[in-house]
Amino acid sequence: MSERKVRVIVAKPGLDGHDRGAKVVARALRDAGMEVIYTGLRQTPEQIVQTAIQEDADAIGISILSGAHEYYFGRIIELLKERKASDILVFGGGVIPEDDVPKLKAMGAGAIFGPGTPTSVCIDWLNSAVREKWARETA
Amino acid sequence: MEKLIARALEGDHRSIARLISLVESESPQAEIIMRKIYPHSGKAHIIGLTGSPGAGKSTLADKIIAHFKSLGKTVGVIAVDPSSPFTGGAILGDRLRMQQHAVDPDVFIRSMGTRGSLGGLSRSTQEAALILDACGKDVVLIETVGVGQSEVDIVKIADTVGLILVPGMGDDIQIMKAGIMEIADIFIVNKADRDGADRVATEVNMMLDLLGMRPWRPPVLKTIAERNEGVEEVVSEMTRHADFLRRSEEGRRRRWQRLGMEVEEILRREIAAMVEVAWEKEKSPELFELLAARKTTPYEVAERILGTILTETCD
Ligand SMILES: Nc1nc2c(ncn2[C@@H]2O[C@H](COP(=O)(O)OP(=O)(O)OP(=O)(O)O)[C@@H](O)[C@H]2O)c(=O)[nH]1
Ligand SMILES: [Mg+2]
Repeated sequence: MSERKVRVIVAKPGLDGHDRGAKVVARALRDAGMEVIYTGLRQTPEQIVQTAIQEDADAIGISILSGAHEYYFGRIIELLKERKASDILVFGGGVIPEDDVPKLKAMGAGAIFGPGTPTSVCIDWLNSAVREKWARETA
Repeated sequence: MEKLIARALEGDHRSIARLISLVESESPQAEIIMRKIYPHSGKAHIIGLTGSPGAGKSTLADKIIAHFKSLGKTVGVIAVDPSSPFTGGAILGDRLRMQQHAVDPDVFIRSMGTRGSLGGLSRSTQEAALILDACGKDVVLIETVGVGQSEVDIVKIADTVGLILVPGMGDDIQIMKAGIMEIADIFIVNKADRDGADRVATEVNMMLDLLGMRPWRPPVLKTIAERNEGVEEVVSEMTRHADFLRRSEEGRRRRWQRLGMEVEEILRREIAAMVEVAWEKEKSPELFELLAARKTTPYEVAERILGTILTETCD
């Protein structure tokens, strides 16, 4: 019997050009046994949210370097609400100033990982947050 | 569960996605779902796209979706990528090339890892295709991982199989591999912007000549998927093939063969489950001692277990 797997969207919204960081995270999550749906560069919040819904993802990880994190987190979380899919976790990394983290969390972001955070921290957080999500589903 | 299935059948993407997950993870509800879903299936044109890694399957799928859309069709896509045999994890990257369709309410794209299926197409791929079919997608496109067993397995699921070849990848040897030539309904020579596409096409045609007269002669088409060249032709041939299957004796034969395989598959699964239960009950240190000392044989043990299963099921 195949057990349920953690499914994560790794997306890179915005116009800035490279996705090295996102790819490193994607590989680390795969090596931790998760299924990573990689959507590539320049994704709009609408694309990211529809992808998460069709893929029945447990979490959306967004990588942001452009500084527009407030807009992207806000919009993605809002769209998830509209689609009644707020159970999908949202987390992020990239270049996000420490001072902005509380605001993003207040918006509904589950976790924000600053530059240089070891991927194991992200994996541990995901594993426990997703299992809590599953527990809520069956409750 | 009833509500979830009803919403999925109305075409709600979130519900469809959830059903696919339940079936994919072999949840206890999977069988209930499939029993409810199955009667609504059988309407979609199921198309398989196979070919070596990097041949351009996803790029072509993206363009094929667009062409079917322009014909007013709704499209479901199942894109399979390999899971790591060590960690069970996977990076599912096929849909990256199809993201222009992500927000289209008429297109549903789902990525799947091969999980435990050893390179073959897993049962859940077929079940996901049935779900998309039942939930109203006119066309269901399946992209395989393109290695090993999955290339041959796709014929068990798809009405129309498109095999993608590319020049300069040793495909002339590839296509001669047992079985591959026979399963393709349409040959697509992609990356025709490169040298050698004509040669590949000629070789395929020569091999098709050797296979002799068949009710459907697979067309050999050249495409440049990246530039959307030749794709319209591919889509119209796929549609022509669906019409052929609908009308011909060959089509009827294939439909019956597939239905037969579906029954066999379920039977095999049920019997395997029964056997497992009975064998678990029979296992004991004493039995293994007897076997090791050759006081009994695996044949006798198996016979006895089968006997128990048969008497139990007859009661
Ligand atoms: N030159 C050329 N390159 C192409 C063409 N079609 C696709 N490609 C490129 O080929 C590469 C692989 O394309 P994909 O569509 O990902 O191939 P795939 O068969 O889906 O690959 P896997 O899913 O990894 O097996 C990409 O870099 C494409 O841009 C084409 O017609 N000509
Ligand atoms: Mg692909």
